[in-house]
Amino acid sequence: MYVYDKFDNSLVSDRVEQFREQVGRRLSGELTEDEFKPIRLMNGLYLQLHAYMLRVAIPYGLLSSPQMRKLAEVARTYDRGYAHFTTRQNIQFNWPRLEDTPDILEELSSVEMHAIQTSGNCIRNITADQFAGVDAEELDDSRVWAELIRQWSSLHPEFTFLPRKFKIAVTGSPHDRTAVKFHDIGLILKHGEDGNLGFEVLIGGGLGRTPMIGRTVREFLPQEYLLSYLEAILRVYNQLGRRDNKYKARIKILVHETGIDALRKMVEKEWSHVKKEGVDLPSAEVDRVRGHFTDPTYDVLPDHDHSYQVKQFEDPMFGRWVRANLAPHKMPGYVIANVSLKPIGGAPGDATAAQMEAVADLADEYSLGEIRVAHEQNLVLADVKISDAYALWKKLDEVQLGTPNLGLISDIIACPGLDYCALANARSIPVAQRLQRRFADFARQFDIGELTLNISGCINACGHHHAGHIGILGVDRRGEEYYQLTLGGSADENASIGKIVGPAFSNAEIVDAVETVIDTYLSIRAEGEAFIDTYRRTGEEPFKIALFGEKQNAAA
Amino acid sequence: MPLLKTGKLIADSWTHIEDDQEFTEASAIIVTLERWLNESESLRKRNEPIGVSLRNDQSPSQIIDDLEAISLVQLDFPAYTDGRAYSAARLLRQRYGFKGEIRAAGNVLRDQYPLMLRCGFDAFVVNEGIDVAGWQASIEAIDTPYQTAADNDIRPVWAKRHGIAQAS
Repeated sequence: MYVYDKFDNSLVSDRVEQFREQVGRRLSGELTEDEFKPIRLMNGLYLQLHAYMLRVAIPYGLLSSPQMRKLAEVARTYDRGYAHFTTRQNIQFNWPRLEDTPDILEELSSVEMHAIQTSGNCIRNITADQFAGVDAEELDDSRVWAELIRQWSSLHPEFTFLPRKFKIAVTGSPHDRTAVKFHDIGLILKHGEDGNLGFEVLIGGGLGRTPMIGRTVREFLPQEYLLSYLEAILRVYNQLGRRDNKYKARIKILVHETGIDALRKMVEKEWSHVKKEGVDLPSAEVDRVRGHFTDPTYDVLPDHDHSYQVKQFEDPMFGRWVRANLAPHKMPGYVIANVSLKPIGGAPGDATAAQMEAVADLADEYSLGEIRVAHEQNLVLADVKISDAYALWKKLDEVQLGTPNLGLISDIIACPGLDYCALANARSIPVAQRLQRRFADFARQFDIGELTLNISGCINACGHHHAGHIGILGVDRRGEEYYQLTLGGSADENASIGKIVGPAFSNAEIVDAVETVIDTYLSIRAEGEAFIDTYRRTGEEPFKIALFGEKQNAAA
Repeated sequence: MPLLKTGKLIADSWTHIEDDQEFTEASAIIVTLERWLNESESLRKRNEPIGVSLRNDQSPSQIIDDLEAISLVQLDFPAYTDGRAYSAARLLRQRYGFKGEIRAAGNVLRDQYPLMLRCGFDAFVVNEGIDVAGWQASIEAIDTPYQTAADNDIRPVWAKRHGIAQAS
């Protein structure tokens, strides 16, 4: 993984000292809360319902085991012993004290971590494929590019006060695991006609109040021009993005109102200048960063392991875990192990300090000391020998991290919701927990098969409800929590936006409503058809009828 | 209001002229873009330093051809959260090669000061009684930028890493 040099270290430690001085000015009263707000937001510090929340960047979701242990230590020392992994591969601490935050950041800087640009109207944490480097299908390692963009965007003087927050994702695999089409800029690595490496560049994707799928602004950008092209997009957006209404300020609205063709012309014109202005990196720098992401020394292993096969029969839960949570690795005899942070009845994405430490230890023992965070709020141990898989799973299971539910209905993405968040209309976590309990039976979950269920506590859509096969949106109806169902969303390479079906359900009704949708799917699916395929074949009609009946449906 | 320039508070020698105001008396004057565009011929004839102030919805591309006649461009921050003027300053300084003063006015605060300097601003209309030493210290707080900007004398980290003398 990327290792800081003296420049990276000095920037991050300078930033800690700068923030300490800024917090000092706030605590002394020199800065009002209003004046302090943009400063703390530039460093990931939010004021939530009950307390401050500190969001720490995990660039492209990659962690070393010492970094994971440090996060655990912060959770234990400065928080209530747990933390929350987010849909942008970051981690949040929910209960830090303002006066402790400089110390927390100093602790983090000792393991090359920071909270720079984890909030505010700036370029946020760059996300990438959690299987980067170990996926047999990938064209190139997305982490290389994410790291280069991270450095370019860090404390960028021109793009720190954009109209709105700005999210960039990079994927190097034909199978998209980054929700690349739901980002302000989505970068898809590809080969050009000349065989050289570059990117398809998408702009204007996003969720929130107005979900939109990103549009292609450039079919092929040669890789050496990545930063100048990003700078051109950002400059056009900084100048023309709306600032009169924060709900219309994302670049997706500029794309929508200006039109992708007109905007493309502006970006290309701007780029024709920027690419001559010394923004792009020399190839030596790209090579330097790439050098941090070379393959580890893998053992030469057989493709099969007898005990691995036998254990799947002897221990059915392990067999389920293998089926749901393990993914193919590019090297023979290795697998990618997904570690679910969605135990039945838990808070999606939460991990205790003890669990984080256990994962760090297991990464050292079984997976070359690295951990990745997936945007689905799960963890990944990317380099596990199949001969170690059973031992790993047993140890994960001891700390409630062995749930065999990856990609199944109980692998729910959920925002913190009204339990924590000042913006939320409704609670998300208790609904997720009730759904997990309703569908707790693993035989049933495997029968239902591949399904994404995403819950947001308000229209800002932090739980990606629009992008879930089944989405749940918390709404406020005369002071009561209600839940709107959406169907048919998808965050992969075939991205689609879920459609609202019918009126919202009460808190008491919503779990039954989801079960009705599932039962309907089970009754109408064709052989081997996943939920999303059935929905795409039949449309919403059979689900609406099941939920609301023929008559109400006709009247609506 | 005082002006912060090259690290010192100085008196502002420029006079702002409203659109409906005569300008014969003052020597160095700042006019709006509209006035400049309408009266540039007579303004040029004055043979006194002229400055143009741009609102942040006005592109500096509108004065590209006039820059040889303009000594100062003022860019506005109606709120520090509105960052359009950062782009305008970089365009003026880097792309259009403007050598005169680029002045930041409006909600100009200490924590944004280093960013403004990097984008090409070199004069700042500030509140009375600011802590000048604190403002200057904020420049040094982070002195190894990752990326190029309008401050060509400061090499980005990647140029230092590879022993490249000048970014561009």
